[in-house]
Amino acid sequence: MNGAEQDALSGRSDFQAIAAWVRPDSTVLDLGCGDGLLLKYLKQTRNARGYGIDIDDANVLACVKNGVNVIQSDLERGLAGFDAGSFDCVILSQTLQAVRRTEEIVLDMLRVGREAIVSFPNFGRWDLRLQIALGGKMPMSPDLPYQWYNTPNVHLFTIADFESFCAGHGIRVLERVVLHGGRPVRAFANLRGSVAVYRFEKHRQA
Amino acid sequence: MAPEGNARPRSVGAVKPQILRFTEPLRFRSGAVLDSYDLVYETYGRLNAAKSNAVLVCHALNAAHHVAGYYADAPDDVGWWDNMIGPGKPVDTEKFFVVGVNNVGGCFGSTGPKSTNPATGKPYGSGFPVVTVEDWVNAQARLADRLGIASFAAVMGGSLGAMQALQWTIGYPERIRNSVVVAAAPKLSAQNIAFNEVARQAITTDPDFHGGDYYEHGVVPRRGLRLARMIGHITYLSDDAMMEKFGRALRSDQISFHFDVDFEIESYLRHQGDKFSEYFDANTYLLITRALDYFDPAAGHGDDLSKALAPARARFLVVSFTSDWRFAPPRSREIVKALLDNRCDVSYAEIDAPHGHDAFLLDDPRYHSLVRAYFDGIFERL
Repeated sequence: MNGAEQDALSGRSDFQAIAAWVRPDSTVLDLGCGDGLLLKYLKQTRNARGYGIDIDDANVLACVKNGVNVIQSDLERGLAGFDAGSFDCVILSQTLQAVRRTEEIVLDMLRVGREAIVSFPNFGRWDLRLQIALGGKMPMSPDLPYQWYNTPNVHLFTIADFESFCAGHGIRVLERVVLHGGRPVRAFANLRGSVAVYRFEKHRQA
Repeated sequence: MAPEGNARPRSVGAVKPQILRFTEPLRFRSGAVLDSYDLVYETYGRLNAAKSNAVLVCHALNAAHHVAGYYADAPDDVGWWDNMIGPGKPVDTEKFFVVGVNNVGGCFGSTGPKSTNPATGKPYGSGFPVVTVEDWVNAQARLADRLGIASFAAVMGGSLGAMQALQWTIGYPERIRNSVVVAAAPKLSAQNIAFNEVARQAITTDPDFHGGDYYEHGVVPRRGLRLARMIGHITYLSDDAMMEKFGRALRSDQISFHFDVDFEIESYLRHQGDKFSEYFDANTYLLITRALDYFDPAAGHGDDLSKALAPARARFLVVSFTSDWRFAPPRSREIVKALLDNRCDVSYAEIDAPHGHDAFLLDDPRYHSLVRAYFDGIFERL
């Protein structure tokens, strides 16, 4: 991995949290894989056999340049081409807030993968709350560097929102890491965290 | 688009075809046997000392071994994939040793229906065995043996050529490290076969066909070939590309109220048909369309393509084009799905190009950048 790639990884604090949860030699599907650096990292550090999915031509090219498998496909069309239980782990890093069919995609992740990992920017952080409450404007931050009119993020949600979504959809959270500035946040996570990472599975019926 | 980190792309220059004679009998899938045969081929670039940098390029319906460069005595006769293969091009001949071969049954120098059958002293004609993709790949493997190539860095092709690149991974999994499968289908649809059948009927019902033995009558079923080519050509282009290129443009300033050429598209198809009927052999056309029809690796595995591809060990690059309605993207996705089922390394790109099936021959920058990046990766792993 070269210097620029190291920088890219350190800029994505969720990558290391995700990698820590991926078991060695597992099969991984990374939805919205971007340039494929997470997959490359998982291959190098976890010997994961990974495939990325991305719709963007430039990202597909970047993945091929990075030597990772990529399937050009539109996530919004779902994972119909993938069999149930065909991957150990399905990852959606920093993409959940940018998809329209959020509910379907999360459930599809748990159909295709035995477990799933998502990371997302937490709109519940205190400074973002203040920007709306006091400034009266949609919040911006280093993790949310967009204006309301050019943001790719179509679903704005918080840690508390995601956890109630899981509870309401038969999803069992296995692990959670909340980060700010690349460091774990333990107390008052929904107030202090800027990025949340979850590992979860379908609730097994007793 | 400027290539990155490579010299300015240029032609491989003047090239010469070579010919090899094979005397070990070739048994066809049909059971027929060819006791001896010739294969004509071209090579570009240099085989490295480890003999690890060879790339085989498989041709589709109407092309052959002349993949890149030009002939010294015919500078306009440029190889059919010259925009892809050459120094500084996506498949860089400074790095790779590229082999193009005219398949057995062809009409450009390899043994085919118009070659003399040594047993009779007459052209094979209707007696030439029906060839399949598997037979071609077997013959290509023998060419590789003779060239000292134990394993190809890559086998690549578009359309029917892509079927050969796929078949290599099934038939010779230990002899191919990468398979580049462009504008492909894992088998023809009923509609695909229907188009082939119309083309074949055009040829076989031409009064000059003589049951395939037209050579001895000193004629060629030119009208049939011409029609076959016209039909084929329509299916290679998208509706939009054809509209864009020709629209309803007329040859003269008004319609003529007769049945000769009025529209530019008619003129174009006739021209393409005429040109083709001058140089292509009708029996080869029949054979090649039949090879297309019969290709169906899943057939022997309960129609399960994943099972058919179970032997594959290669890495794959699969590319389709959104406007290709002959081998549309869902056909490529079937291949990708089967490769995923087998946990093969595979990347798949769906290029949003307007040109239809023919897009695989054109130099769309997204497509070529991708092939370039993929081959850069192959080179790093040599």
